[in-house]
Amino acid sequence: MSGLDIWMREHTLAYIWLGSYAVALLIFAIEIAMVIHKRKITLQQVRLMRDAEDEAGDEK
Amino acid sequence: MAINWFKYSAPTTFYGLAGKLIPWFALSAAILFAIGLYIGFVVAPVDAQQGEFYRIIFIHVPSSIISMFLYLIMAGYAALGLIFNTRLSAMMATAIAPTGALFAFISLWTGALWGKPMWGAWWVWDARLTSELILLFLYLGYIALHASIDDPRRADRASALLAIVGSVNVPIIYFSVQWWNTLHQGSTIKFTGTSMHIAMQQAMFTMLAACWLYAIAVVLARVRSIILEREKHTLWISELPEVKG
Repeated sequence: MSGLDIWMREHTLAYIWLGSYAVALLIFAIEIAMVIHKRKITLQQVRLMRDAEDEAGDEK
Repeated sequence: MAINWFKYSAPTTFYGLAGKLIPWFALSAAILFAIGLYIGFVVAPVDAQQGEFYRIIFIHVPSSIISMFLYLIMAGYAALGLIFNTRLSAMMATAIAPTGALFAFISLWTGALWGKPMWGAWWVWDARLTSELILLFLYLGYIALHASIDDPRRADRASALLAIVGSVNVPIIYFSVQWWNTLHQGSTIKFTGTSMHIAMQQAMFTMLAACWLYAIAVVLARVRSIILEREKHTLWISELPEVKG
């Protein structure tokens, strides 16, 4: 039996929590952060494009 | 008063509707996660054979179910986009893929964590495990193919074909435990009933609902960014309050 095998049997709930639930919640948190970041970037791009179009219209 | 649901199939109207729905889905998901975890770790009893290790199923089973269902929904939207050339369908398919891939990964990861103490191995080339791994690769293939083509409409068509062909894998995953002699256990919950303790069922179904609501919230949030990106040259986007800033 390896050290990990012994540890997981002695600290079952810690193994379950850290190994599966904490990992799953971390993945969800990263996904949410990425979605929020993507929205910010996209909004910035759209605003920049709109401003550039406005400036081009003013120059004409 | 009848609601014309078809009007929400246009990105113009769906964008606003999605924005209103996201907080409700997200809040409900957070509440149900808290309830599900409480029932799963405090109320549900210890399993006679597996001890505490069985509690991994409260995240493993919902993520496996959702990874399969999301693939079918993604393939359905992709097919709609391919057949009827509807813009929103293709956008929805693109928005679903990353969430589906993450749920497939969580399913495989938590399955490995359960497998080590129960089977003595993190991984075995079992039909259920292998077909779920193929599902993850199909999601990744879809995302990679879509990202590799510059023209979004062409990317939608090419990746839609992959999604539709790949959907044959979903029934293979589901029936793999019946068709082959697998190490993975068969379905515990059947239409004819279950031998699971009521608290275990409550925890699993609450977590399943929480994962569903989370998936819907995050897909709606992602599709709003995709709509913004693809429709950025249109007048209605430039008139949005968040764009006017």
